[in-house]
Amino acid sequence: MHLITSPNLDSPDDFYQALIDAHQGLSGAQSQALNARLVLVLANHVGRFEVLRQALATAAAAAPQHAADGSQPPP
Amino acid sequence: MKGRAVDYQTLQFPYRRSADQSAPNPARHPVVVVGAGPVGMALAIDLAQRGVPVVVLDNDDRLSVGSRAICFSKRTLEIFDRLGCGQRLVDKGVSWQVGRVFFKDQEVFRFDLQPEPGHERPAFINLQQYYLEGYLVERAAELPLIDLRWKHEVVAVEPGPDGVELMVETPDGAYRLRADYLAACDGSRSSVRQLIGQESKGRVFQDRFLIADVRMQADFPAERWFWFDPPFHPNQSVLLHMQPDQVWRIDFQLGWDADAEAEKRPENVLPRVRAMLAATALQDAPFTLEWASVYTFACLRMDHFRRGRVLFAGDAAHRVSPFGARGANSGVQDAENLAWKLARVLAGASPDALLESYGSEREAAADENLLNSSRATDFITPKSDISRLFRDAVLELAKTQAFARSLVNSGRLSVPATLHASPLNTPDIDPFAGRMVPGAAAVDAPLLRADGRPTWLLRELSGAGFSLLAFSLSPDRLKALRQAADGVAELAVVAVGTGSDLADERGLLARRYDLQPGSAYLLRPDQHVCARWRTPTPEALRRALRCATGQEA
Repeated sequence: MHLITSPNLDSPDDFYQALIDAHQGLSGAQSQALNARLVLVLANHVGRFEVLRQALATAAAAAPQHAADGSQPPP
Repeated sequence: MKGRAVDYQTLQFPYRRSADQSAPNPARHPVVVVGAGPVGMALAIDLAQRGVPVVVLDNDDRLSVGSRAICFSKRTLEIFDRLGCGQRLVDKGVSWQVGRVFFKDQEVFRFDLQPEPGHERPAFINLQQYYLEGYLVERAAELPLIDLRWKHEVVAVEPGPDGVELMVETPDGAYRLRADYLAACDGSRSSVRQLIGQESKGRVFQDRFLIADVRMQADFPAERWFWFDPPFHPNQSVLLHMQPDQVWRIDFQLGWDADAEAEKRPENVLPRVRAMLAATALQDAPFTLEWASVYTFACLRMDHFRRGRVLFAGDAAHRVSPFGARGANSGVQDAENLAWKLARVLAGASPDALLESYGSEREAAADENLLNSSRATDFITPKSDISRLFRDAVLELAKTQAFARSLVNSGRLSVPATLHASPLNTPDIDPFAGRMVPGAAAVDAPLLRADGRPTWLLRELSGAGFSLLAFSLSPDRLKALRQAADGVAELAVVAVGTGSDLADERGLLARRYDLQPGSAYLLRPDQHVCARWRTPTPEALRRALRCATGQEA
């Protein structure tokens, strides 16, 4: 089983708006906590460890250059 | 000694002079065990039961100070059943199998470690370590082959190709001893390990925990209660366990900055206990403090548990954090893995190379324990903000979402390691379902004898040699299989099913081992599966026995 990286969302704009809306009015810490819970909920839906590993790698690889090479981002 | 209450905490064992101390030349013994703790005593008893004389040296004259290791697993109890003191442990210990996990002021979930019936032993008992040690010392006293020497401290170790020479210090002065094999069971600060210039390597955790044993009349059920970030001890974890004699063990996480000496003083411990009790229904329960200690923990192991003729077992070889009860329990498994191999090698029945498998099997088991214990520690004491964020997210979700409960890690409780990669295993040629793969420790199952008496699989297995668990095999086939072991290893055939004296009346044995009529399992003297077949042949059995005894290159 492979991570789906081709477009797969049936309603991308609705999802994106719902994601942003979910963070409305939250503090930075509350938003972080919401994201963490969301990651866990979605991970359970995916289920397969191999797919999750690919997802982790895909997300890590998309980081801006300065983060990927381990140096500090500019202030 | 049995029958009346013995205060094992105050018991002192007299130093006795050994005839070896007056010998003109150093006396030579097949096995010298260093350390009379649970691991050293289990090894000594196992060896003695196998006919091997053992000298046990201990630098002290007392049992464990404080309750220390308190959780003994089902597998450990099964091992002690074979060593002759399992029933005493179960009778005295507090049996438990249910754990509850709390986050802040709310119960998040409960788990049951032994949800299925049909096991003789409970998932765990809680028992102060000094009781276990006391029972082992008393059991050892029944075995004339064990020569237990208190206040005999090893101060020098000279390993050689044919044996090990020791210098032993006593109140009467020093003497020399020789051993064919030396078993170092002398704990996490192993002096044998230091004396031969070895070390354990790994992670030391930057955290401190307070253990408080309190005695009180209280109505807590016999369950394991674990709090993450409770209101009475914010930002830290707390663990509550019941022990015999109305004693409760409470572990408080303190953080790295805590002052170890100050924290264990009663005036600092008592308010913590009172605050915890106030959060339960027991706010007014009177209690007294039995013992308090502050500890840090580490996940470490030696690279090799075997250095020539010196073998390391228990905390001397590996150290884990306490979450999961994987310290003493894995040490006892080390001892049982080593005992039958040493006995075979000393009897000339197997080559010395069999001992290599002690190292490889138990190093792999230690890695599994270290992995589980490190993961639990990282969950319980998150080391970064993001780790803490996800930990709390898991706990929040666990209140309402069943899936998140599988991520809550308050310690993955000790189960025996499956020795998957063991060189002693014969790989499967037939398909089998279930967990009893080659390398697995045999799980128990209820059986019925022909005379109507109930029994258990593990009680029917050989206490000495290998066992062939044969399910509904014809008498001719059983006879041929029995003969196949001649000259290779001692083999007891344990026939169950049609035509035999043991019946699998409830069908649990067949289910747990995926048995069909004609199936057979070969079990090692330490009750680990090493081969299995749908249609066993004498040739295949003989080969598997040779492999499992190190007689096959």
